[in-house]
Amino acid sequence: MAAKKLNIKDKYRLLTRDLDWEYSYSDRKEAFPYEDFEGIKITDWSKWEDPFRLTMDTYWKYQAEKEKKLYAIFDAFAQNNAHMNVSDPRYVNALKIFLTGVSPLEYQAYQGFAHTGRQFGGVGARVACQMQAIDELRHVQTQIHAMSHFNKFFDGFQEYSHMHDRVWYLSVPKSFFNDARAAGPFEFMIAIGFSFEYVLTNLLFVPFMSGAAHNGDMATVTFGFSAQSDEARHMTLGLEVIKFLLEQHEDNVPIVQKWIDKWFWRGSRLLTIVSMMMDYMLPNKVMSWKEAWEVYFEEAGGALFKDLARYGIKMPKYADVIEKEKEHISHQAWWTFYTHGHAAGFHTWIPTDEELDWLSEKYPETFDKYYRPRWELAKEMEAKGERFYTKALPQLCTTCQIPMLFTEMDDPTQTAYRDSVYNGERYHFCSDGCKDIFDDEPEKFVQSWLPVHQIFQGNCGGPDVGDVLSDFYHMNLGADNMDMKGSPDDLRWKQWKGVA
Amino acid sequence: MSIEIKTATLEPVRNTFAHIERRFGDKPATRYQEATYDVQSEKYFHYRPLWQPEMELNDPRRTALVMEDWYAFKDPRQFYYGAYVQQRAKMQEVAESNYSFFEKRDLKRLLGDDLQKNVIRYLIPLRHFEHTANLNNMYGSSQGYGTAITQALLYDGMDRLGIAQYLSRIGLILDGNSGDALGEAKAYWMNDEIWQGMRALCEETTVTKDWFELLVAQDLVLDGLVYDLVFNQYDTWLADNGGQDISMLTEFMQLWNKDNTRWVDAVMKVAVAESAENKALLEGWVTNWKAKAVAALTPLAEEMLDAEAMDKAVAALDKRLTKAGLFK
Repeated sequence: MAAKKLNIKDKYRLLTRDLDWEYSYSDRKEAFPYEDFEGIKITDWSKWEDPFRLTMDTYWKYQAEKEKKLYAIFDAFAQNNAHMNVSDPRYVNALKIFLTGVSPLEYQAYQGFAHTGRQFGGVGARVACQMQAIDELRHVQTQIHAMSHFNKFFDGFQEYSHMHDRVWYLSVPKSFFNDARAAGPFEFMIAIGFSFEYVLTNLLFVPFMSGAAHNGDMATVTFGFSAQSDEARHMTLGLEVIKFLLEQHEDNVPIVQKWIDKWFWRGSRLLTIVSMMMDYMLPNKVMSWKEAWEVYFEEAGGALFKDLARYGIKMPKYADVIEKEKEHISHQAWWTFYTHGHAAGFHTWIPTDEELDWLSEKYPETFDKYYRPRWELAKEMEAKGERFYTKALPQLCTTCQIPMLFTEMDDPTQTAYRDSVYNGERYHFCSDGCKDIFDDEPEKFVQSWLPVHQIFQGNCGGPDVGDVLSDFYHMNLGADNMDMKGSPDDLRWKQWKGVA
Repeated sequence: MSIEIKTATLEPVRNTFAHIERRFGDKPATRYQEATYDVQSEKYFHYRPLWQPEMELNDPRRTALVMEDWYAFKDPRQFYYGAYVQQRAKMQEVAESNYSFFEKRDLKRLLGDDLQKNVIRYLIPLRHFEHTANLNNMYGSSQGYGTAITQALLYDGMDRLGIAQYLSRIGLILDGNSGDALGEAKAYWMNDEIWQGMRALCEETTVTKDWFELLVAQDLVLDGLVYDLVFNQYDTWLADNGGQDISMLTEFMQLWNKDNTRWVDAVMKVAVAESAENKALLEGWVTNWKAKAVAALTPLAEEMLDAEAMDKAVAALDKRLTKAGLFK
């Protein structure tokens, strides 16, 4: 008798979904203890629709093929010193931000999905999370390997792991993922699986990878292509999670909405660094931050939220503020790093005249009016040999941990300040969005390890800021940072290229 | 005669990342080293987990075992993701060709009804044991400390999902894709006396909180005994009783077990050598879980094989324990 053909859904059910069972001897609640405390109601895990139905044998096969090709490119890249093919050595600074600020997030994503991949009571959801966990481990490791060659020839990569745990601006991405991992398993899925992977990944991952493509970085762009099919799986998981939660119980809707509001705001803050990377750090531009925001958030995100409206989900709170911010944040951020360029782990510089013109063209409403004059002033000072570095340490927002660099969006000459008092202490914020997040969970956010506070409290060595930078951060002042002009990176590049 | 292509040589500024250099000196590093050592965040966490406020997000105190350096758990296979998936893909390719050969030649015919029933009763229910092993290794991967051991636990966890799926496929080959064999095997797992000790023990492992204790229970004790009983002794019994073709379908598990045992034994050796306290702790865990596992597996071993089978499996495990430096 010929065996009957199984359709893929039935096959996956038999091979995977049917592996779990009803406990008789131990308390199942004790085996899956974290499902209740967030207030999410799951009435029936069996209603979970598997976002992809990949068995392990197929996973090994596909992924091994991808790895084989990827590592062949890495080997060729190193053998041919292909770092010499990048458009301009300034580009490499975008990679330094990526390795110090983003790759460690892939690691945290692995840890977070391993946690949900163990803790969810439904086997379908668990296995999907497990696959994302191992993919995320892949991403951090392949990124390290992709940048390993750059580390051999440029400064600023070598202490990425040490720096990620300590450096002031890196606490922004670190605390973002710490926040998600410290949350319950369902909030983690809405924060990372849905908000981050499904909506915001196009504004983080894609700009870096497109930047690599436009700037002759074969190693990083090949990683990007190789990770694309993983990312596609992650996006389907993010979408399934939100639909599943909303369909399970109507009481879940307001909880999920609150998380969407929180994580879109937090996400938009995190993306500030991407905005400045796109507008200022890529010698060959991909598109402006404003254009990217319009395509990937306003158009794609808008369509998604229209689709979610039938569940009672609204656009994230402060979407109107975020819309105004696209005109400003990249300029405000790069100026902050330029003026704190001695405390960054990468080089900063004044945009070239051509680049200033490009910014004027891309930001007709704001650049000439508010930001170009600053760069003209910086140029004058530099010409006089007075390249400006501020001595002050910035005040940080307690929630997003970004220096208070943002302005009121309706008055870009006025820095935005908000504050809340909790248990007799006053906490400061960069925006209404960050203040709201704090006010909703003050007991969580009072724990924030704010790098500037920690320096002032003497927890990061000292006594001078210079000591903190060298001894606590492991930065080589003047080699890893300060202006690109005249840096060892700059000098070596000229030597390799045989130009004076 | 050899030809030599002239390439531009550029002197690198450094050989590897600073944390790798601090551990291994200023020389080119391996991909395993760069992908593994000090990758996990260690300090200055921002918030305590809501689900475990007494701990930091990454915290070595989630087990009673104490290590000076959690990166002492070097994987003898040097698996980072790329090396891991490529190794498993090779094994998968062999397994795939075995499964298609078995199906194409319809080797099930040669097994006879009794032998098929035997396999459904003793082999297929193990897919639920493998599912438990998936959960327990994921637990260690998410609760453990240091990439060296947590990545290996993740690979183990994913392997076990793969093995559970292979076992399920054997069931589907036997029942012609109806799912009846899987249902029957699950009924044994849920209700039959010979499996209840194992099921109870599996459930107990999933409520065990100390992740290293769980590693000992699952990956050393339970796997050690079950793999010897099933993929060694029962495999021999099948071969002697006309079921040698089943070995084609379980070759993956046998190869996998060899590979994984190398890692587990290396982990134990390092943990034991660290301190007398660790050794005492590990011996306590092994003694406790071994007693439970033997009690749980004995009815199965006796019916599936014979009265001596359990002792043989225990002897094989004890040999490994001694080699790891335990109980001496």
